[in-house]
Amino acid sequence: MATSIDVSDLDVYYGDFLAVQGVTMTIPARSVTALIGPSGCGKSTFLRTLNRMHEVVPGAHVEGKVVVDGQSLYDSAVDPVEVRRHIGMVFQRPNPFPTMSIRDNVLSGLRLNGNAPKGDQADEVAEKALRGANLWDEVKDRLGKPGMSLSGGQQQRLCIARAIAVEPQVLLMDEPCSALDPISTSAIEDLIDELRYDYAIVIVTHNMQQAARVSENTAFFNLAGPGMPGRLVEMSPTRKMFTKPDDPATEAYISGRFG
Amino acid sequence: MTQLLLDRSAPPVPTLDLQRPRLPRWAPVVVLGVSVAGAGLLGLLLGWSLAPMVIVAVLAFIVLLPAWSSVIEGGRAARNRLATALVWSAVGVALAPLVSLLWKVVQYGLPQINGRFLTWSMRNVIGEPGGIFHAIIGTLLITALATAISVPVGLLAAIHLVEYGGTSRVTALVRFLVDVMTGIPSIVAGLFAYALFALIIGPGTQLALGGAVALSLLMVPIVVRSTEEMLKLVPQELREAAYALGAPRWRTIVRVVLPTASGGIITGVTLAIARIIGETAPLLIVCGATDSTNFDVLKGQMASLSVFIYSSYTQTGTHPEILQGMAWGAAFVLIVVVMALNLTARLLGRFLSPRRPR
Amino acid sequence: MNSLVRTSGSPRKRSLGDPAFAGLTRSAALAILVALAGVAVFLTIEGIPGFTAPADALAGHTTFLGYVWPLVFGTVLAAVLALVIAVPLSVALALAVSHVAPPRVATGIAYVVDLLAAVPSVVYGLWGIGFLGPQLVPLYRWLNAHAAWIPFFAGPVSTTGRTILTAGLVLAVMVMPIITAITREVFARSPRLTEEAALALGATRWEMIRMVVLPHGRSGVVSAAMLGLGRALGETMAVAMVLSASGVVTFHLISSTNPSTIAANIALTFADATGLQVNALIATGLVLFVLTLLVNMAARAIVVRSAPGGRP
Repeated sequence: MATSIDVSDLDVYYGDFLAVQGVTMTIPARSVTALIGPSGCGKSTFLRTLNRMHEVVPGAHVEGKVVVDGQSLYDSAVDPVEVRRHIGMVFQRPNPFPTMSIRDNVLSGLRLNGNAPKGDQADEVAEKALRGANLWDEVKDRLGKPGMSLSGGQQQRLCIARAIAVEPQVLLMDEPCSALDPISTSAIEDLIDELRYDYAIVIVTHNMQQAARVSENTAFFNLAGPGMPGRLVEMSPTRKMFTKPDDPATEAYISGRFG
Repeated sequence: MTQLLLDRSAPPVPTLDLQRPRLPRWAPVVVLGVSVAGAGLLGLLLGWSLAPMVIVAVLAFIVLLPAWSSVIEGGRAARNRLATALVWSAVGVALAPLVSLLWKVVQYGLPQINGRFLTWSMRNVIGEPGGIFHAIIGTLLITALATAISVPVGLLAAIHLVEYGGTSRVTALVRFLVDVMTGIPSIVAGLFAYALFALIIGPGTQLALGGAVALSLLMVPIVVRSTEEMLKLVPQELREAAYALGAPRWRTIVRVVLPTASGGIITGVTLAIARIIGETAPLLIVCGATDSTNFDVLKGQMASLSVFIYSSYTQTGTHPEILQGMAWGAAFVLIVVVMALNLTARLLGRFLSPRRPR
Repeated sequence: MNSLVRTSGSPRKRSLGDPAFAGLTRSAALAILVALAGVAVFLTIEGIPGFTAPADALAGHTTFLGYVWPLVFGTVLAAVLALVIAVPLSVALALAVSHVAPPRVATGIAYVVDLLAAVPSVVYGLWGIGFLGPQLVPLYRWLNAHAAWIPFFAGPVSTTGRTILTAGLVLAVMVMPIITAITREVFARSPRLTEEAALALGATRWEMIRMVVLPHGRSGVVSAAMLGLGRALGETMAVAMVLSASGVVTFHLISSTNPSTIAANIALTFADATGLQVNALIATGLVLFVLTLLVNMAARAIVVRSAPGGRP
């Protein structure tokens, strides 16, 4: 089963402040979609609306539709907790639970959902998720150590393992490499390349080479003007986006003329 | 690796089901209404007073909402609702004493307030309501004296800690002891002042200065702490800018650092005054209680509002109810003063703060 | 920095002003140390005769230990009662402010809690003796009638409500703002990123609080509770007014005979005390001072250890 996301005419607010306006796009299943654009253009804000993390900020709300598998995310019958279980998220900075071991971090999502695997089965699940995150070989001898004892890049892969352990259908990544060194970045990019066969991945990035390397499709966000809300300028297959984009603003941004 | 991932390529979760049965948004309101109505009805039938009705209503709400939720939404959501309901009940429980206390002070105290109450002392007043002028004067004098001692000491000590202290061990010790000092019981401060003046002047000495010394012991750490926090907020660049202009360190502190932090410092001092103006125990020991107005801080017992409240309410004279009424009246005056000081501090903090960098 | 100042400005003026000002501030800091030492010294000087005072100065007890022990018991009992009531409430209140209530409401709750801290203790005492105590009598009767098999609720029930439990309740209201203020700050400092990680995994708000906020804030809550304990141990007027004390050692919380506390005993008997009786009272004050000092130092040590650079 493959999950795609259809966004139509989405406005995102912080209180009265309109942060992102009128986004319509389709995020295809089993592929990587990159969101690029200058700082403050609302790409991270938009990303957080896709699993209802946006509303964690007091006063934040949206108007418009986000449809996943025919279900509207913002329907009143939809439980945001359930949404976040099916649409996982990896953050800008690695954030393993400081009080938990590596193994417990990976299993934390399953434990939350009340169907925590026990004993050997738990080991299997943890191993599978850690292998999925390309971290297994590095940590298999110290699963009981605190998650915080790992390096930054390892912590970020631990967070990815934690996110995929609950077997979500979509993985949202909010600049997952911005706090990492080049070697860790490359490890994460390799991982994304492998995960694309299982998940719809949406990744926000400031690094255009990264967008070009990892994504099939790219969406370019920009502010409509100074003090105006952010908006989606253009979304195209990445190859086209980086060779002959439709919009002159996209070309200006990609060729490094601003941003 | 790739092999493993290909094996996984058939996702194990067959369908995506985001919908879960959820309680409607108005559910808590309805349950609260039902709980209140039920408890009220039960209470009326059984002839309860208000307090048990409220308790039963709250308990019913805490039980019913999670119960309903666990049937419809499942255990996790129910636990979430239970926790939320408990937190809100705690807010109510915490709010109740304040509301009750303020209400009783106004209810019993306000009717006492009149011209005579505020301008008479209790000298030679027997069997009829007198006034609390002597207590007001005493509170003002003692508090003013304590402030005059505490503010310079506290301010200078805070400057020492922030501007000169650095990370030396003495500084750390002073900082730790200031923290510890905030925990000195007020009665111990009173005993200290009593013992001090007993050794200097003679056993059994009671005077207002002693009360001021005891209150200073309580006030200094508060002033130090708040001033320290404010001085730390002054950006280092500002000091460096002054040094770059050739200003010596002490002038930089007096002319640049202190004015920048003045809003916060004044707020802190006001709050400190509000904290000590209602202190009772030390004054009871060091200043004693008297019915007459005393303007001399160096000699003789001096009344104060707080001690007046205590001694009037607990005295068993010929007409205890008159004195008890006056105690409530004095409590009303004291509360008004304390609240006014707090409000002033808050307003000062708001209006003087733009200079405070964030 | 120093060399910058040295090479500029007038050297004569600086050589006078800077050391003088630095000395002035240092002496203020030292004055605080001296004052704290003075508390210990003067209490000891005036208290020592009390330790060996004869029975007529010790309310009939033959030794100072026999005199002070019931008071220590009452002090600790009242303070522990207050903590048992106040800590859960304070944690819940702190959560309401930091994580549950909408921002505007949270500000309001925080303000109300600050107001509770501002009310003078003598007014709490007045409220406790004049209103709360009598209101609790029916509850105490009910507890005694239905739960007397629990030793805490044994009779004879107080008719005025001026019991150790009432004193504990009033103390709880008084220490709640202190505990809440510190706990709230600790909770507010709990890492936002980790909270979001929990929510993004599909945790409910309560699960997020249990996974992230409470573990992060645990030692902060402990030290806040200890600071509250210190305050409750030393609180005088509220207890002196509310409690109808007879100096017994008992765990009966709602009966008409109640233990007294050190602070309340001093306040109640100091005015009529003479000679060695005063010294004996000062000696009990010294005991209280040491007790609160230990509790406070422990609390501060926990704060310093758990939150480097951050004081409550």
